[in-house]
Amino acid sequence: MLATEWYNTNMKAGTKFALGAVLIVGSVGYLMASGIKQTGQYFLTPSELAQRVSADPSFYDLGLKVGARVVPGTVSKEIATQTLRFHITDGTVNYPVVFKGLPPDTFTDSVEVVVEGRLQRDGVIHATNVLAKCGSRYEAVPKA
Amino acid sequence: MPLLGHLSLWLAFLVGLWGAITGFAGGAPPQGRADLQQSARYATFAMFGALVVAVISLEIAIFRHDFSLEYVAAYTSRNLPTFYLWSALYAGQKGSLLFWATVLSLFAALVQAMTSGRHRVYLPYVAAVTCAVATFFITVMLFAANPFERLAFVPLDGRGMNPQLQNPGMVFHPPMLYLGYISITIPFAFAIAALLSKRLDSDWLVAIRKWTLVSWLFLSIGLLIGMWWAYVELGWGGYWAWDPVENAALLPWLVMTAFLHSVMIQEKRGMLKKWNLALIIGAWLLSIFGTFITRSGVIASVHSFTQSSVGYFFLVFLVLAAALSFWLYASRLPLLEADATLESMVSREASFLFNNLLLIGIAFSVLWGTLFPILSEAIKGTKIMVGPPFFNQVNVPLGLALLAMTGIGPLIAWRRASIPNLRRQFAVPLTSGVFVLLILLVAGVRDIGALMAAGIGGFVLGTVGQEFARGARARYRQYGESTPYAIIQLLTRNRRRYGGYIVHVAIVLLFVAFAGMSFKTETEATLRPGESAELKGRDGHVYTFTHLGISQYNALNRQVTAALIDVRRDGKAIGRLRTEKRQHVDALGNNTFEPSTEVGIMSGLRVDLYVVLAGLVNGTEQAVFRFTINPLVWWVWFGGFVLVIGGLIVLWPGGAAVAVKGSRAPSTQAGYTVKLEAER
Repeated sequence: MLATEWYNTNMKAGTKFALGAVLIVGSVGYLMASGIKQTGQYFLTPSELAQRVSADPSFYDLGLKVGARVVPGTVSKEIATQTLRFHITDGTVNYPVVFKGLPPDTFTDSVEVVVEGRLQRDGVIHATNVLAKCGSRYEAVPKA
Repeated sequence: MPLLGHLSLWLAFLVGLWGAITGFAGGAPPQGRADLQQSARYATFAMFGALVVAVISLEIAIFRHDFSLEYVAAYTSRNLPTFYLWSALYAGQKGSLLFWATVLSLFAALVQAMTSGRHRVYLPYVAAVTCAVATFFITVMLFAANPFERLAFVPLDGRGMNPQLQNPGMVFHPPMLYLGYISITIPFAFAIAALLSKRLDSDWLVAIRKWTLVSWLFLSIGLLIGMWWAYVELGWGGYWAWDPVENAALLPWLVMTAFLHSVMIQEKRGMLKKWNLALIIGAWLLSIFGTFITRSGVIASVHSFTQSSVGYFFLVFLVLAAALSFWLYASRLPLLEADATLESMVSREASFLFNNLLLIGIAFSVLWGTLFPILSEAIKGTKIMVGPPFFNQVNVPLGLALLAMTGIGPLIAWRRASIPNLRRQFAVPLTSGVFVLLILLVAGVRDIGALMAAGIGGFVLGTVGQEFARGARARYRQYGESTPYAIIQLLTRNRRRYGGYIVHVAIVLLFVAFAGMSFKTETEATLRPGESAELKGRDGHVYTFTHLGISQYNALNRQVTAALIDVRRDGKAIGRLRTEKRQHVDALGNNTFEPSTEVGIMSGLRVDLYVVLAGLVNGTEQAVFRFTINPLVWWVWFGGFVLVIGGLIVLWPGGAAVAVKGSRAPSTQAGYTVKLEAER
């Protein structure tokens, strides 16, 4: 065996492979942990959000997601400025939402939505994204 | 007819149960009971027959508009185009379960009919496993989601199909994905059969190699069509959103890709037996897990079916199947000792192992991110969600490392590589990678991710080019063949190796196309007819979109509002785009569903122009648009096409048989290095 083949002589191949494996597994773990830390967002119901905000005002202006139902009859669209206003509720707590942009096709005034954005001090959720979390997306909604 | 279908389901249920029982009880030949083994075999044929009758009954009911069936009334209507009456079979939960079971029984019957020679010893257990899995699906239908369920009254018309499913992509995407998902059951069944019969030499691997490749190919096609559908139909301007259901389909694909590589190590060196079995079992469990996610509504997703009790069935099945498989696996571990050990970290084996670790690492992070809301709620009491930023942040570095392995792996000799060998192997590919990198740097690209993707891509292409060139040169020396002819000969003689390289080329194309998406530009504008919006693309051109006007008319099952847009590149007219809002209506003219959007796309080699009509301002012709310039999207579809071609080359029957080492360690150094010596 040539002395220049350092990678074959210094250590057992298995040990070196284990080091490589640890490196890969370690980076996967590190990437995941840092990814969650940097990009993870709370997913709350309006009641939970109200509770958190009253307990800890730092929840204002924090990027988060709120899952709730759109209150029927509260949706107003200003197409010219592309502003969408509506209220969301989980039955007990109600928050107004402002969203600038195009809502998804599935957005209606009684659909379940996931609102992504920040609750500001004015008590309004300024949304950066609205997802119509329609469990029955691929099934017709029976018309009342 | 519905009655016949319902009865066939019961028949399939009983036959499937019988097949599972006789298959397991019959055991493996020659010790097992031959009559029971034969009976299990016939059970798969009978089950397939019964399920086909059920499918035909359901399709007939759909075509006859028999709205007394809840399923027909829920997913079709009288004015649904005929084309989509076919796909209505799998447009809803219940029908898709029937489709699942039928395709599985088709595979179960095919594998019984087509397997020959020494692999036949596995067949009774394979019949048992496939029957058991199919019976589970039939059980779900019979007790929780019966497609032949009747309504108490007969509605005049059905509710119709969701407009977003009325797209050609949606006719082909689910069956392709299902074919991939479902056919994983066959390798899994062989793995279980090998474990049960304790015949754990490399024989079972050979038996399932093609089947694994078949599922991998179908999954790939299914994923690609799904991406295409999301791109042209959902209107958010992309093709991959890291949605839980997309992830669920990606997970088995990643694990199968890992298996397709590591299986070569077991064939050549008799190593990694435990790992390979675990991968196959894992891939199958992930496919069931994906089905569970899609159907249970446990994780919010745009794709999910209605929340239903079906989820519990799947959860119980998943837990049970996982427990049984792992118990069986653990009890056979002593039989799975490797025949050889890793000799050097700089060897083909080691590079495949690193490739496997990366693929599994990616799969694990995707699984973790998908499940994180549930995990965090269970552990910390708060739901924390991660989205595309998480998946990109984690998977871009891992994906680039994996891409690099794509180029490195084929360059390193089996067992142990020497320094001169490495030097000779890496010179051309590395030069090619650096060359690409320099070109892009000179061209002014500064995005690190894109530079790395392209540079590594150039390296991988260099590897593949070198492999083909050396192979062709060797053939020229030996047979005097011209280069094009020699390349065709390489592809037909050694399909697995050179077809695999074609797949690697496709992966490079896909990665570069994915990287292109980080250069997308977007603007929203409210325009009166005659007004225009400008958008500068990252290809250096300025695009002008002029709103020409709105037209409204009625089509078969919808009212259409269409906008026409004139497109100019740097002031020169290059064509027109059309985007629509569609309000679907039933036969009586009542609105069904919410309005849906038809995207206008002008596709080119460099950029796609992508226009969405968001709405009209108060019913006037003033309209709101979103204009997007998506770079390199065409290359995703082209890369996908190359991937499928490469997969087909590998899969094509015939060609040179690949020698398979038995349980003994090979006495000579196999494969690559030997070839190199001959080329000198």
